[in-house]
Amino acid sequence: MKSDKNLAWQPSATRRRLLGWGGLSLGLAAMPARALTREPLPVVATFSILGDMVKEIGGERVQLTTIVGPNMDAHNYEPTPNDAKALLQAKVLVLNGLDFEPWLPRLVQASGFKGKQVLASQGVQVRRMSSEHAHEHHAHGKSEGKPGSAKEANGARGDVDPHAWQDLSNGKIYVQNITEGLSKADPRNAAYYETRANGYLTRMKTLDTEVRAAIASIPPEKRRVISSHDAFGYFGAAYGIEFIPISGLSNEAEASARDLAAIIQAAREADVGGIFIENMGNPALAQQVARETGILMGGTLYADALSPPDQPAATYLGMLSWNAGRLVYVLKQSTAAN
Amino acid sequence: MNGIEALYLPFAEFGFMRRAMAGAFALSLAAGPLGVFLILRRMSLMGDAMAHAILPGVAVGFLTAGLSITAMTIGGMVTGLVVALLAAAVSRLTPQREDASFAAFYLMSLGVGVLLISLRGGNMELIHVLFGSVLALDDAALMLVSSASSVTLLALAIIYRPLVLECLDPLFLRSESRAGPVVHAVFLMLLVLTLVSGFQVLGTLMVVGIMMLPAAAARFWAISVVGQMAIAAFGGAFSSYVGLLLSYYANVPASPAIILCAGIVYFLSVTFGLQGGLWQAARRAHARSLRLSRNRERDVLGKQ
Repeated sequence: MKSDKNLAWQPSATRRRLLGWGGLSLGLAAMPARALTREPLPVVATFSILGDMVKEIGGERVQLTTIVGPNMDAHNYEPTPNDAKALLQAKVLVLNGLDFEPWLPRLVQASGFKGKQVLASQGVQVRRMSSEHAHEHHAHGKSEGKPGSAKEANGARGDVDPHAWQDLSNGKIYVQNITEGLSKADPRNAAYYETRANGYLTRMKTLDTEVRAAIASIPPEKRRVISSHDAFGYFGAAYGIEFIPISGLSNEAEASARDLAAIIQAAREADVGGIFIENMGNPALAQQVARETGILMGGTLYADALSPPDQPAATYLGMLSWNAGRLVYVLKQSTAAN
Repeated sequence: MNGIEALYLPFAEFGFMRRAMAGAFALSLAAGPLGVFLILRRMSLMGDAMAHAILPGVAVGFLTAGLSITAMTIGGMVTGLVVALLAAAVSRLTPQREDASFAAFYLMSLGVGVLLISLRGGNMELIHVLFGSVLALDDAALMLVSSASSVTLLALAIIYRPLVLECLDPLFLRSESRAGPVVHAVFLMLLVLTLVSGFQVLGTLMVVGIMMLPAAAARFWAISVVGQMAIAAFGGAFSSYVGLLLSYYANVPASPAIILCAGIVYFLSVTFGLQGGLWQAARRAHARSLRLSRNRERDVLGKQ
């Protein structure tokens, strides 16, 4: 795995296979222990992006289980018995926090997990939903057939934006938190984790510079796009792109006719470079806005989950690089067209 | 913007509002009459059950072809029909009533559906993603829902007489002709067609609500089945229009707004309906007691 460092964030064959395993096993508790002198440290990560970070830092000395796999929505996950089994055997649990995994406390309690919880977002500057949107997005229940359950689903979640990893400087904090957590749980390998984390942080820094340079080539007044849900607040704030979300922080919030009309009006008046959909969720509303305004459909961005291993956004850095590349490509096209 | 402009301006300005209204009108026209028959057959909860019953087919469509309306609708139609026809067959061949056999089959189907979805992602959220939204109608979706409605209305017109007999007096129909099972099966097919196309296009709550609420309200205004069907269709369309305006001005999600409007219409009908509404019942009771006391007075006077 060490050779991966030189390959930047392109998934290597090994890592691809590992990711495949992560996706398949999804809590199939234990991959068979590898032939090592010591048992690897059993770690559970709540969703694919954290899983990728743990893999980068822990390498072959952790045995990773990712609960919510690629292309799956962590907002509304339903844990399985295998998840509880994996948790029970784990020494470390890496979670995002910020109410991103509302199902986690009950799962932790039910599983009898006794290890160390690592809050990856510890110390991140938390972004709140902009006030103009906060009141606009109404909760909508998981199943349309049960309006009674509608409000609790989102209402209790408040208006903290959990998608902090979309900003690479937050990503660095995540990596530091995870490294610290792994080292505390497994002090004998602390130096190993530290070395790998440093290599990872260097790659993150390089990518950060590249993303900034790429986005700098777009005139600031052209950097405005529509996204299907409000997941790019941190990305937008960090790199100076304005995202207009169609629905709220969660995929399940249903837009009102007023919301949709307001977005269409805003898009008609201001210069919007493209409309982006996400790897999860229904693209129908985004297509409706595109039809109504004639704005370019810009393709898929990855927000809450990585792509399956054979697609470009299979790692955290790969995801950010894909998103930035896609945005710059589409914004350049629309700038050239005007 | 003055008062009257406020009633049509959102539709003039935004294509998605026009599409939503067209889709909702098309659905209302077919769903209301079907709802009237469901109430006659005492199967008012069937729409809700069907929303779950079609899940395995929709999931298979999604897993094989992605987010394609055609694939998911065909899948949903197939499972919906299988469930409905099996349930109907059991109720015809055994003493068990249709609601019980339907519950049994739809629950089995729901089990299969959740299992399929879990195998793919372990994620119930997919259920939500699989169904449409009234604000997101495109051309294909509009075509689907309006052709389903047209077929349903035409077929209802053709089987109307035996269907009414089948609902009200099945024994008489059985003694007169052998059309009973055929009519029953055709009715179930129309029901599945409307429900499934509606689910894909407009979402489950929207379809079941537009099917049942106006039909339940219509009973308080008309006695004849034709009258109820017309009122149900019109009531559904009216609720859709008001609900869309509500969603636009009050900034609330569209399909719950439409359904709540239909709910208000139902409440008003229960209260003020001319066929058995509360107000009318109270007035009659009052009139009766007046008449009785007057009669008593007359009797007493007569004896003197």
